[in-house]
Amino acid sequence: MKVTVTVNGKRYERDIDPRMLLVHFLREELGLTGTNIGCDTSQCGACTVHLDGKSLKSCTCLAAQADGREVTTIEGLAQGDQLHPMQQAFWEKHGLQCGYCTPGMIMATTAFLKTNPHPTEEEIRHALEGNMCRCTGYQNIVAAVKTASERM
Amino acid sequence: MTTRIFGSGIKRREDPRLITGQTRYTDDFQLPGMVYMVVVRSPHAHARITSIDISAAKASPGVVAVFTGQDVPLPGVPCAWLVPGSDLKTPAHPVLAKDTVRYVGDGVAIVIATNRYLAQDAADLVQVSYDVLPAVVNPEDATKDGAPLVHDDVPNNIAFRWVASSGDEGVDNAFNEAAASGVVVQERIVQQRLLPTAMEPRSAVAQWDQFAEELTVYSTSQNPHIARFILSALTGVPEHKLRVIAPEVGGGFGSKIPVYPDEALTAWASMKLGVPVKWTETRSENYQVTIHGRDHIEYVEMAATNEGKITGIRGKVYAGMGAYLSTAAPGIPTILHGLMYSGAYTIPNIRCESIGVMTNTAPVDAYRGAGRPEATFLVERLVDRLAAKLNMDPVELRRKNLIPPFENGHNVAIGLTYDSGNYEGALNKLLSIVDYDGFRREQAAARQQGRLLGIGVTTYSEICGLGPSQVAGAVGFQGGLWESAIVRVSPAGKVQAMIGASPHGQGEETTFAQIISDELGFPVEDIEIVHGDTDRTPMGWGSYGSRTTPVSGAALVLAARKVKEKARAMAAHLLEASVDDIDYADGKFMVRGSPDKFKTIQDATLMATLAWNLPAGMDPGMEASQFYDPPNFAYPFGAHAAIVEIDPETGTVALQRYVAVDDCGPQINPMIVEGQIHGGIVQGVGQALCEGVVYDENGQLLTGTMMDYAMPRADMFPTFELDSTVTPSPHHPIGVKGIGETGTIASTPTIYNAVMDALRPLGIEQIEMPLTAPRVWKAIQDARAKGGA
Ligand code: FES
Ligand code: FES
Repeated sequence: MKVTVTVNGKRYERDIDPRMLLVHFLREELGLTGTNIGCDTSQCGACTVHLDGKSLKSCTCLAAQADGREVTTIEGLAQGDQLHPMQQAFWEKHGLQCGYCTPGMIMATTAFLKTNPHPTEEEIRHALEGNMCRCTGYQNIVAAVKTASERM
Repeated sequence: MTTRIFGSGIKRREDPRLITGQTRYTDDFQLPGMVYMVVVRSPHAHARITSIDISAAKASPGVVAVFTGQDVPLPGVPCAWLVPGSDLKTPAHPVLAKDTVRYVGDGVAIVIATNRYLAQDAADLVQVSYDVLPAVVNPEDATKDGAPLVHDDVPNNIAFRWVASSGDEGVDNAFNEAAASGVVVQERIVQQRLLPTAMEPRSAVAQWDQFAEELTVYSTSQNPHIARFILSALTGVPEHKLRVIAPEVGGGFGSKIPVYPDEALTAWASMKLGVPVKWTETRSENYQVTIHGRDHIEYVEMAATNEGKITGIRGKVYAGMGAYLSTAAPGIPTILHGLMYSGAYTIPNIRCESIGVMTNTAPVDAYRGAGRPEATFLVERLVDRLAAKLNMDPVELRRKNLIPPFENGHNVAIGLTYDSGNYEGALNKLLSIVDYDGFRREQAAARQQGRLLGIGVTTYSEICGLGPSQVAGAVGFQGGLWESAIVRVSPAGKVQAMIGASPHGQGEETTFAQIISDELGFPVEDIEIVHGDTDRTPMGWGSYGSRTTPVSGAALVLAARKVKEKARAMAAHLLEASVDDIDYADGKFMVRGSPDKFKTIQDATLMATLAWNLPAGMDPGMEASQFYDPPNFAYPFGAHAAIVEIDPETGTVALQRYVAVDDCGPQINPMIVEGQIHGGIVQGVGQALCEGVVYDENGQLLTGTMMDYAMPRADMFPTFELDSTVTPSPHHPIGVKGIGETGTIASTPTIYNAVMDALRPLGIEQIEMPLTAPRVWKAIQDARAKGGA
């Protein structure tokens, strides 16, 4: 089937297998491999992107469902060389080690700050329940989100 | 003097590519003409294969090929840690099962198709008929007469029986004496199985170049040089024609040390078909077939005098190995476990008997800490038990038995020589941060109100920085454990440093650049650390066992110092001074007494590279290579404390405070050190509170997805309070020790002992891990029924 999806501001038209997941569409059809896959049961959040501005686990969505809609991935978050404040904060606060969970973490938390611009530490920790990290122990991720929220 | 870059928490240099998605993990590689492989796996824990029908799969759309074990001529996957003196059996581990499957997930066929969806479709069409056999999953039960045999050539499923002892007679005497006129405490500990769960699943992309007869394998590996060694043996491609690249690797925690059948099959399929082949496991597959950790059943006991002097410790361990012996598996519950029974204490009599047992489960191998968390847990449990029995404060009991401070070697009864330590120093610092006495008062008041508040304190020492190759050989590791590094300075003064180790999240692209900058004065921006590619880096044995900084870092320092001496000689020549009259500071070589007469290291490099005018006997260029075999292991140590409160109505354990004081010697980058500790603590707390693999009695994996396996999440934790002490390693050129595993090693017993402390008024002494709310709740109910407070 044919789909038209705008990803990071660019329109893509592709003829795809109707069962293709959005995450595979992004990674394999468009070559946007910044979005990672960490599970097959929608737990880990490594695949989180924005669909029409809202955070979405792209492994739980068919590419077909994104037809006519707008997707933002980690590759589309910075403005040119200007990192998004969340990216900057993850860097400064050492919010990542292997980096595998990081694109999903950043996409999830940027969407979270839209709903709660000035969260407490507890609210941040709670908001991370759909995103797993095996490296950092979360502490510096929480610090990064806090820092970003103070700057945005 | 400028601020020293060594010791400063500079931002990581690897991060810009990671926070923008501009990097490549293995599964990100798309090669022209690439096809996808899926492994068809056994749904049974133990069965005979009676037939395999691949016709429907072969006819499925997009299918390129289907192969079974009969078609694949590869030899079995080897075990590479052959622990001597243990009557070790190494049952064959075929890359695909031909007649018998031995655990759920054992591969029986591979399907290759033009995309991953079509490959999976076809895999579902492979018809395998099985005769199901009885299975065994519990390592203690598996050794009993009449238990199903996992391998016919491993009687009683016992793969090895290993003993380490400070002297059996002394150990027996210590326990007899304590039984007669002192105290003995005992515990049966179940170290439950854990899933390493690196967030990136394993993956391999293989590309066979039929004209050059060269094989390239991109692989999620912690040790590409070992992977090359083993893949060469399996595929027959000689090592100089085989390149293993570990690109960005999304965590490992030990699970990416082994070479598994899957990577070998991917390589073979590419050679067979002449096209690039990709295989990537799903998370469920990862949980089924990527190694698990721990899986011990331990009978342990400690002997002491009535005054609380520990006189002996001994243990008998049934260590589950799973269905096949994975790459390093036999070394984990033996060398890396039994030799750590002294912990941070003076214990004159020590004995460990470790029995490696085959079961119809996924292979078990090194998971963060590997053997040492299990050892530290049992030592710390027994110390707390002893304190309870003697009615002593557990901290006081520890203090009574801690090894006194030492700077240059301390022999423990089991035969190791710890390098340096000041355990009491770390403990004192910890207690003052925690306000231990204040907490005990608060606890007493809380108990009056029926609140269940508890504290756990751990003092630990661990062994890392693996290790002297001679020791590796003596303990049966089928490799060396040295590292090597090349430091190469380009004409314009940019540095490339090639290391054999293979970091995958630990930040050595930053810390190693800090080391070089500190040694040679080049700005960090001008230094690139190259790793993870057997064609670009010199030989090394990989990143695990907290060895990258202690071993590879030492090779790097020494290579940098060679460069420095060459640059000094070159500068002296240019300055027409004697080498002995040249001082060095911040990248400049100065004539002593006239600091304005100097040459920078960049000047010296350029002139050495141009080689127009070299001092007599000097070769052109500015490059040095260094091999480094450490003279001893490194022994980081520290003290951790946790404060928990338990809700008596629900059994929920709330972690209120976690304080850690660790000592890994001088810290190259404290921010990165703390990050390692944070992550380690969370993994250790995961074991204590929520993680645990469950197989049913038929060997079905019940925790087979992330939906069923409880990973620690952000909202389980308070903000950790970290501090450190600094005790350099006497044998390391810059005194550093490893810090990758201490958090995991210390935190499990810390949390566990805190929970037991909280439950003490109820008379509860033990609950099997993980300490989930239902288990704690049940223990409370049982205790109340028995009339506890
Ligand atoms: S890959 Fe989407 S939630 Fe794990
Ligand atoms: S940084 Fe490795 S999983 Fe989060």
